Amino acid sequence: MNADTLYQEIGLLTPEIILAGGAMALLMIGVFFTSDRASKLVYLASIALLVVAGFASLFWTGEGGTAFSGAFIFDDLAKFSKVAVALTAAMALILALPYLEAEKLLKIEYPILALLAVTGMTVMVSANDLISMYMGIELSALALYVLAAFNRDSLRASEAGLKYFVLGALSSGLLLYGSSLVYGFSGSTGFEQIAMAVDGGTNVGLTFGLVFVICGLAFKVSAAPFHMWTPDVYEGAPTPVTAFFATAPKFAAIVLMARVLMEPFGAVVDDWRDVIWIIAVLSMGVGAFGALTQENIKRLLAYSSIGNMGYALVAIAAASQTGLWALLVFMALYMIGVVGAFGAVLSMRTREGMVENVSDLAGLAQRNPGLGWSITALMFSIGGLPFMVGFFGKFFVIYAAVQADLIILSVLAVLFSVVSAAYYLRVVKVIWFDSSDIEFVPSSMSVYWVTRVAGLASVLLLPVLGWLVVRAYSVGLATL
Amino acid sequence: MEIGLGHYLAVAAILFTIGVFGIFVNRKNVIILLMSVELILLSVNINLVAFSSFLGDLAGQVFAMFVLTVAAAEAAVGLAILVVYFRNRGDISVEGVNMMKG
Repeated sequence: MNADTLYQEIGLLTPEIILAGGAMALLMIGVFFTSDRASKLVYLASIALLVVAGFASLFWTGEGGTAFSGAFIFDDLAKFSKVAVALTAAMALILALPYLEAEKLLKIEYPILALLAVTGMTVMVSANDLISMYMGIELSALALYVLAAFNRDSLRASEAGLKYFVLGALSSGLLLYGSSLVYGFSGSTGFEQIAMAVDGGTNVGLTFGLVFVICGLAFKVSAAPFHMWTPDVYEGAPTPVTAFFATAPKFAAIVLMARVLMEPFGAVVDDWRDVIWIIAVLSMGVGAFGALTQENIKRLLAYSSIGNMGYALVAIAAASQTGLWALLVFMALYMIGVVGAFGAVLSMRTREGMVENVSDLAGLAQRNPGLGWSITALMFSIGGLPFMVGFFGKFFVIYAAVQADLIILSVLAVLFSVVSAAYYLRVVKVIWFDSSDIEFVPSSMSVYWVTRVAGLASVLLLPVLGWLVVRAYSVGLATL
Repeated sequence: MEIGLGHYLAVAAILFTIGVFGIFVNRKNVIILLMSVELILLSVNINLVAFSSFLGDLAGQVFAMFVLTVAAAEAAVGLAILVVYFRNRGDISVEGVNMMKG
């Protein structure tokens, strides 16, 4: 390897270098300046870094390609995902700032851990080798464990951190055991070499390894039956951390899952399609029925995210170009809904402190119509009611499934969507038709605008949808 | 008797199973969960090194090195979270980790 190719390969890592280098520089600032103002400065700088990294990926004009003997790949799929991951993480940080200030949690570690987690996610979506896949997952997971327990004085938060850690470590173990079997039976850790080894058909060892890898990744995307940690961690972790968990890590993990299944194991779709089929149906079912009885809105959103990951898995089960672009469109639109929904949860602050129950939203339409309308639009959109943008996400996913002849799966997806509409509509009903005397204090500027803009976007984004579909479509074509 | 790849894989599989059972069956102490996680990671290392030697390919040993490093970091983070939990709760029994349910 000469200096030119090395330079070219390092160029492919521009977003990662910006994030990792920036995180380390900010860490040094944190060591020398400990005042609150320094923390806030570091916080704003982190948001700026995420935006810069997002734009660096977006406006990357080079060819793309692989680096470090194929361990790292920068293709259209990685590009799309990096932009989405960096920008949603930036949104989650913008949402978090007022909460952290109010709860005296604004420490310098928070934005830096978030930056490191995002670095891990950008590596995940670019992984082209079992080793880089594992390192990416662990880099983001280790930072996320700490974030979950970030409120050190809260029993709930530390319990959430502990649960997340133990189950996350178990899932990494499963993934790793699967990776070791895949390595052993294919003879290589690189995805391309594995694809070549798999091409002639699999053996028991490879199938076994693949199932373990799927289980490990299913934990990360919180798909049933590996979803047990999700509601507890969502409820226990501080709300802005939950908002972060629900967005960027989910996107990165589902893209990684799509890449692992469609690239190295693309030739043996029939070996893994049934597994994904079952996980998808279970996730949609658990998401739809689990949320019906939830009172806490963070738990409700946790079940909603389990259900929506089920739809994302339907797109993966389609295992086609259509499936891949449907997955990307669906996830991008879902991210908008989730960011807005957590903005709404963060607006639920009374004079005594944060409230988290669905019933606390009662009468919101009269007292705070702006927020009421936003939550209504967001719930309709996440629930997939027609002509909100979320509807089109689900529509494309089901279209991909039908195209791949997964008729039963598509029918089940529609049925579970109908069931899950019940709890989204319950939130809307509480807002418009119940009454109570709970008064929210006005939310801060950033939360106000993010919630309103996301609410509007779930209606007004329709014209932009065409552009998004075209982008995602070209990704699908280029990747498979 | 010649010790071949199969024997190593069997040992690793047994260790892995013990680790997974340690996480699900153990009701006493959270530290045991951390030990089980380590056991799982070590069983993976046995797998990787055995495959690496069997295939004559170094990537497996490199992978094992990475796993060792991550295992150390994971243990550090895990113990730190456990200390925070213990400060709030005053007890580290697994049965006590049940504030949130449903």
